[in-house]
Amino acid sequence: MPLTYAAGVGFKPEHFEAIRTTAPALGFFEVHAENYMGAGGLPHAQLAQLRADYALSLHGVGLSIGGADALNADHLARLKILCDRYQPDSFSEHLAWSSHGGDYLNDLLPLPYTEETLTQVCRHVEQVQEQLGRQMLLENPSTYVLFEQSTIPETEFLTEVVRRTGCGLLLDVNNVFVTATNHQTDPLAYLATFPLEAVGELHLGGHSEEDIPSGPLLIDAHGSPVADPVWALYCAVLDLTGPLPTLIEWDNDVPDWPVLMAEAARAQTVLDRIKEVSLERVS
Amino acid sequence: MSAYPDLVSAFATGLVDGDLPPGLTARIPQEAARRFAVYRNNVAISLTDALAKRFPVIERLVGHEFFAAMGRVYLDANRPKSPVLLEWGDTFPEFLADFPPLADYPYMADVARVELARGHAFHAADASPIAPDILMSAASDPENARLGLHPSVQILHLSYPAVSIWAANQTGANGKSATLTGPEIALILRDTGYQVPVVAIRAGDAALIDALQNGRTLLLAAELAAFAQAKHDPQPLLVRLMQAGAITLPKETP
Repeated sequence: MPLTYAAGVGFKPEHFEAIRTTAPALGFFEVHAENYMGAGGLPHAQLAQLRADYALSLHGVGLSIGGADALNADHLARLKILCDRYQPDSFSEHLAWSSHGGDYLNDLLPLPYTEETLTQVCRHVEQVQEQLGRQMLLENPSTYVLFEQSTIPETEFLTEVVRRTGCGLLLDVNNVFVTATNHQTDPLAYLATFPLEAVGELHLGGHSEEDIPSGPLLIDAHGSPVADPVWALYCAVLDLTGPLPTLIEWDNDVPDWPVLMAEAARAQTVLDRIKEVSLERVS
Repeated sequence: MSAYPDLVSAFATGLVDGDLPPGLTARIPQEAARRFAVYRNNVAISLTDALAKRFPVIERLVGHEFFAAMGRVYLDANRPKSPVLLEWGDTFPEFLADFPPLADYPYMADVARVELARGHAFHAADASPIAPDILMSAASDPENARLGLHPSVQILHLSYPAVSIWAANQTGANGKSATLTGPEIALILRDTGYQVPVVAIRAGDAALIDALQNGRTLLLAAELAAFAQAKHDPQPLLVRLMQAGAITLPKETP
């Protein structure tokens, strides 16, 4: 079963009671896989209960698919155990690296886009899909730097990964905006060349802003509401794709439950409007 | 040709020493270093934050600024080896014991041991409490009965009163300052409501738990407890463990 074409939120344990008592009408919950890799206890008890009531998206942050090293076999085995146990409706990871030489760096680090990295990323995506026995979604990154080594535009790189591996994509709309702002490129031009037909899920999250001489430097911080230009870009995406499962990500300075729900409700309003427009087009 | 592994190595090294990896640039190339610093910062802050999440009382005791700086020193010598950060930081108590700026605060390492054990208890494997009737029949046959304990149950023999210090630094603590002398023994477990209380116990209780964890019969465990502490009564501890759901069926004995 794919994720429903509705708004979901990233699950935070501090919201569990509010979710249990209000039973919100959400399309799905998403969790970070690495937070559920302990043996037992409260995290698993909560996830099992959420899973019973909602669609589930499992989102990995530690696989280092864009890394130069081989994938961590232990970590892949842990992901397989989680997938077997909770049967998530979607599994996604990032076009980034986070481990090197046996060290885990806990950040989504950038890679140059070359034939060499393309081959490596495809090999890793294939390995994940084979081991987990399912299609995965690969997420576009927020980046702050560029590489002289890059020879392939990001959207072309992702298109080619999809073509070679059969994976789907997770389009993070905030990441599109952050990256475009940071490199002063056009987010709509990015979308025009993005392989939208492969997108299985959208992410919306907040970013923070620093001032540097050439203008604002946006950081993918997930600690604030979704910014207005990102909402506008979200509408532009849905105009092109029709409704898609949409996640509100808010991982730091986690707000009270009603604040997060209001963000999800705003996404749902946009989704409902797009559905109506799509129906009008059909009729 | 394998240019990419070299680039990643240079990038990873640069995250530590600040040197810009070759080829790293920006629309205005002079800004590359400023932008690379975002990654350096993210790595250091996210990891010291993860450490603070595991050791909140240590952070409270030394203060946020001190903890962040100390966390970076720890990080430089103890990089996480796995993306499962809930398992990272097991060597932090020993690091604190040897950290020169904390030489005048020797109890810190013991407080960290308490926090570490709480983390282990929180994530320990699940195990069902023993059924009351089986427990009753075990109690009536102590010479042969063995009991299991929940995987979260841990005993810590502490040189300093770290249980009292830990308790005094919880929100809602009554504000009484801990008596900062003498060793303590901590009992840490996860109860059926997923809470992880920390209590100070005496030598007899510790011996009883140790004996049960090592598969001794109930009778032998009680004798060992009485040996550790004269006139020890095992009942209050067994009741406390039962109420917490921490008594399980015994592990299969050979």
